[in-house]
Amino acid sequence: MTPAMSDAERLLDVDDLRVSFRTEEGVVHAVDGVSFHVDRGEVLAIVGESGSGKTVTGMSLMGLNRSPNATFRGRATLKGRELLSASDAELRRVRGGEIAMIFQDPMTALNPVQRIGDQIVEQIRAHEPLSKAQALDRSVELMERVGVPRAAERLRSYPHEFSGGMRQRVMIAMALSCSPELLIADEPTTALDVTIQAQILRELDQLRRETQAGVILVTHDLGVVAEIADRIAVMYGGRIVEQGTLDELFYDPQHPYTWGLLGSITRVDRDRPGRLPAIAGLPPSLLAPPSGCHFRPRCPHEFDKCVQRPELEVRDPAQPDHCDRCWLAVEDKRRLRVVDGEIGLAAKQGKVVA
Amino acid sequence: MTAAPLLEVEHLQLYFPIRRGVIVDRTIGHVHAVDDVSLSLGEGETLGIVGESGCGKTTLSRAIVRLLEPTGGAIRFRGREITRAGRRELAPVRRELQMVFQDPQASLNPRKRVGQIVGAPLVLHGVKGAAVERRVRELLGRVGLNPEHVNRFPHEFSGGQRQRIGIARALAVEPKLMMLDEPVSALDVSIQAQVINLLDDLQDEFGLAYVFVAHDLSVVRHVSDRIAVMYLGKIVESSPAEELYTKPIHPYTVGLLGAIPIPDPRQNRARRRLVVAGEPPNPIEPPSGCRFRTRCPRATDVCAAVEPQLTEYAGGHVAACHHPLNVTDAEIAAARRSPLSPLSSGDQLPQPHASLPGGDAAEVAAEG
Ligand SMILES: Nc1ncnc2c1ncn2[C@@H]1O[C@H](COP(=O)(O)OP(=O)(O)OP(=O)(O)O)[C@@H](O)[C@H]1O
Ligand SMILES: Nc1ncnc2c1ncn2[C@@H]1O[C@H](COP(=O)(O)OP(=O)(O)O)[C@@H](O)[C@H]1O
Ligand code: SF4
Ligand code: SF4
Ligand SMILES: [Mg+2]
Ligand SMILES: [Mg+2]
Repeated sequence: MTPAMSDAERLLDVDDLRVSFRTEEGVVHAVDGVSFHVDRGEVLAIVGESGSGKTVTGMSLMGLNRSPNATFRGRATLKGRELLSASDAELRRVRGGEIAMIFQDPMTALNPVQRIGDQIVEQIRAHEPLSKAQALDRSVELMERVGVPRAAERLRSYPHEFSGGMRQRVMIAMALSCSPELLIADEPTTALDVTIQAQILRELDQLRRETQAGVILVTHDLGVVAEIADRIAVMYGGRIVEQGTLDELFYDPQHPYTWGLLGSITRVDRDRPGRLPAIAGLPPSLLAPPSGCHFRPRCPHEFDKCVQRPELEVRDPAQPDHCDRCWLAVEDKRRLRVVDGEIGLAAKQGKVVA
Repeated sequence: MTAAPLLEVEHLQLYFPIRRGVIVDRTIGHVHAVDDVSLSLGEGETLGIVGESGCGKTTLSRAIVRLLEPTGGAIRFRGREITRAGRRELAPVRRELQMVFQDPQASLNPRKRVGQIVGAPLVLHGVKGAAVERRVRELLGRVGLNPEHVNRFPHEFSGGQRQRIGIARALAVEPKLMMLDEPVSALDVSIQAQVINLLDDLQDEFGLAYVFVAHDLSVVRHVSDRIAVMYLGKIVESSPAEELYTKPIHPYTVGLLGAIPIPDPRQNRARRRLVVAGEPPNPIEPPSGCRFRTRCPRATDVCAAVEPQLTEYAGGHVAACHHPLNVTDAEIAAARRSPLSPLSSGDQLPQPHASLPGGDAAEVAAEG
């Protein structure tokens, strides 16, 4: 699927990850056969609408959603070490060291009644044999590095005294404190204003350049992706439906859902259309997903073959990194995705109730 | 556009007192959430209001529909003063002036069925019996929901569907003006487009006017005739919708536009932009003069000393800045003080570009 990569470059390999949860209403197939890899110093963006399985994918790598009602299948290897079958104790070591995670709402990850400085010091000392004073110096250094002004003074603050942007910087500082090789950032800027988002994205970008950490960036915002990702995986209904380099996804997208996503973004850099192109209908239920292609009920290009499950495969030998899950022929895709001169999803015939 | 605007807001202020004290409650200061805002809106028009979190958008919308008591200023609806109107005087206006809330999850009572939620304003306004249910079904159908779902609870719907329920409830009493507070911010892009298109259709069909609040400039562009940009309780720029994107005058607007990531990798790589550093200051003690000066790359001494007036340029484009971008010295010379200017602002025209060290305006706008 991907060209051979020296072991020194490859950080993470995820192969056919399946995660399901038993619930009162039935089994939720939250992640249904997801495969991807992350190399050193690269940003892989996982894009998709809410409920498509992005967070579950990230949490499963960290072992943060292990519970009696959850089942995990497949393999996820970080520098040769299997994560899905690792013991809880082993994973705890991996979490503070090789992998770090940043969440959408930093408030949930910070202790509200403990000073910011104490939290960072604790985090540092859990992984490095430093004195309290040394760890404190290190904290100031880290906070300054992620752009917190008057860092020494502000270490005495409590989380609620910080703005959302500053809290997210603290999370990044804490993630950095253990020099992780893989950083999983789950919607790190979704709750922030655009000017603050731009600042945080700069920090993240600089950080991976300096440390050569691999980054998995979970987001629903294709603008954010265009800003910092190297490669993209598009998720829909628990599956990756398309995967490729930034330019492949934006300029030669192969899956109708990707076309719909690209077409429905509101943009400030183009003339405004009379009507916003929308994808009619709703995301599939993961309790009882449609058979075959998950996008079938909303896809205007559906044909008889689509009741069979399409695999994530390379369709154009000229693009060995680019794969998708759609039965249409490549020539047909390149023709069908053009709507009013732009990439988009044609309207589906008949009424789709929202 | 009609002779008397549908909605007029003049010098509206809303301050929240900050209280502290264990035994005796003392007011130790005020949050200047809305600080001398003026605007007007015609029938069937849409005004977009944009600004960062905490700049006062929600407070402004809630003050206009009188869910909050204004500290000062005036609100007129169809020429009628409602700023201090009591419950009884307000009743007929309430019907014409509806609000759709930011968080569809929190604004719908989880224990009420959809039929009751959408029907409540009808019952309140005297509709009875089977007529209520008939109208509710009609409304659900109109906003693209299945009318058979009248007996479901809010949690049985997706986020986008819940926002449609909120819209159906607001529509029930045939309003003239809907205040939409971030109606699509909580929704996924593909669903955002569905809801925006629905709002568009409803406006055409019923001649509704909207005040559409959002935190970024990409969403409001599709719905607005006019857009106002707020910063720390004040309107800093307002113009016909398209012009705000092609000719932003206030450095904050330029920064907001530059901060929106463009979903196009090649364009992103080629773009150089003005980066707004830092964070909005504390609204309890806003900076003197121009409130944006602590983050503005163009700030000079005059910005700290004098609050800039709202200057009106050609085509009804107003901006409050001493060192405006994207306007020529000739345009500055032809401009005048807008009557929407805050009462506390100075009365001088912006300074010609030569007064700014470093010079040319367009250059600074493109800085990366
Ligand atoms: N009840 C209150 N008491 C004190 N301060 C308040 C109250 N409600 C709002 N504020 C403050 O008023 C300012 C404006 O708040 P508002 O909710 O209007 O912002 P907003 O622009 O809608 O932001 P967001 O995008 O986060 O919704 C903020 O500083 C906020 O903290
Ligand atoms: N612990 C859990 N138990 C049951 N269902 C879950 C659990 N965690 C997540 N899910 C379900 O899995 C699906 C994917 O969720 P998630 O990964 O959080 O989506 P995303 O991050 O893409 O918005 C959703 O339908 C969600 O409700
Ligand atoms: S496999 Fe069929 S239904 Fe699925 S996206 Fe392709 S054409 Fe549409
Ligand atoms: S008045 Fe001064 S500080 Fe304010 S926006 Fe204009 S240049 Fe910047
Ligand atoms: Mg998520
Ligand atoms: Mg708000």
